[in-house]
Amino acid sequence: MVPYGHVLILSTILFFMGAGCALARRNLIMILVGVEIMLNAAGIGFVGASLRWGELAGQGFVLFIMAVAASEVAVGLALIIFVRRHTGSMNADKYRLLKG
Amino acid sequence: MTFYGIIFYLLAGLLLISTALAVSRRRLVHAIVYLIISFFTTALLFYLLGAPFLAALEVIIYAGAIMVMFLFIIVTLQLEKKEPERESSLRVWLPAVVLAGISLALTAVLMWAGSDHGHLLKPAMASPREFGGYLFREFWLPVEIASFLLFVALAGALYLGRERTNGQKTTDSKPEAS
Repeated sequence: MVPYGHVLILSTILFFMGAGCALARRNLIMILVGVEIMLNAAGIGFVGASLRWGELAGQGFVLFIMAVAASEVAVGLALIIFVRRHTGSMNADKYRLLKG
Repeated sequence: MTFYGIIFYLLAGLLLISTALAVSRRRLVHAIVYLIISFFTTALLFYLLGAPFLAALEVIIYAGAIMVMFLFIIVTLQLEKKEPERESSLRVWLPAVVLAGISLALTAVLMWAGSDHGHLLKPAMASPREFGGYLFREFWLPVEIASFLLFVALAGALYLGRERTNGQKTTDSKPEAS
């Protein structure tokens, strides 16, 4: 098929797209989207490694990555709603108060 | 190049294009829709790399549940009308792009320096029955921990999302600006 290195390079490019999205965008939802893209890229790398060495453990890890991503999104979106209810803004640059 | 190789590169190109479009859109709904395309492509890639069960889960959990949750939040909070995001300046993007370029170059150098070069992946398929058996034989404790993690996330989301009723009542849904 293809060398494993190409799968890893694809996964790395996707990871840095997600990292750039999480770092450079100022909207809270886009930051969460960037984290999702990063987790997904890690999953691609794991599945490729699972095929490369013929081990099912890589696929098992992807399952746990999915569980972590689902719970992270649930808590993250709840936090977004919470912080928007308090400050009325979605821009990460506007959160300057530490008051609860 | 084999038939599967051509499919892999097609899927990889589609994945990169749709993800790049998703991270660069300024309207949130467009970004989410491009991200759904990206996750469907990832599911096809998982199938190609021999993980049909994970491909199904990718469609169900990522493209289905998580993205619908994002869309639901965007529509509920009416984010589109309120505040369109400012144009991100080059000053914000430049460090991320430079760091990503350096790390990508290092990864590529390590790939080519490694001994793995030229070893082609062989197509194989792990059936869901085999995968499930393996998972509950070797990873039964992490599966339980994952279910506990999901429960904690549920409790946390409920705690954070509830309306405050003690003290001042915020019956109007409009968020007050501070």
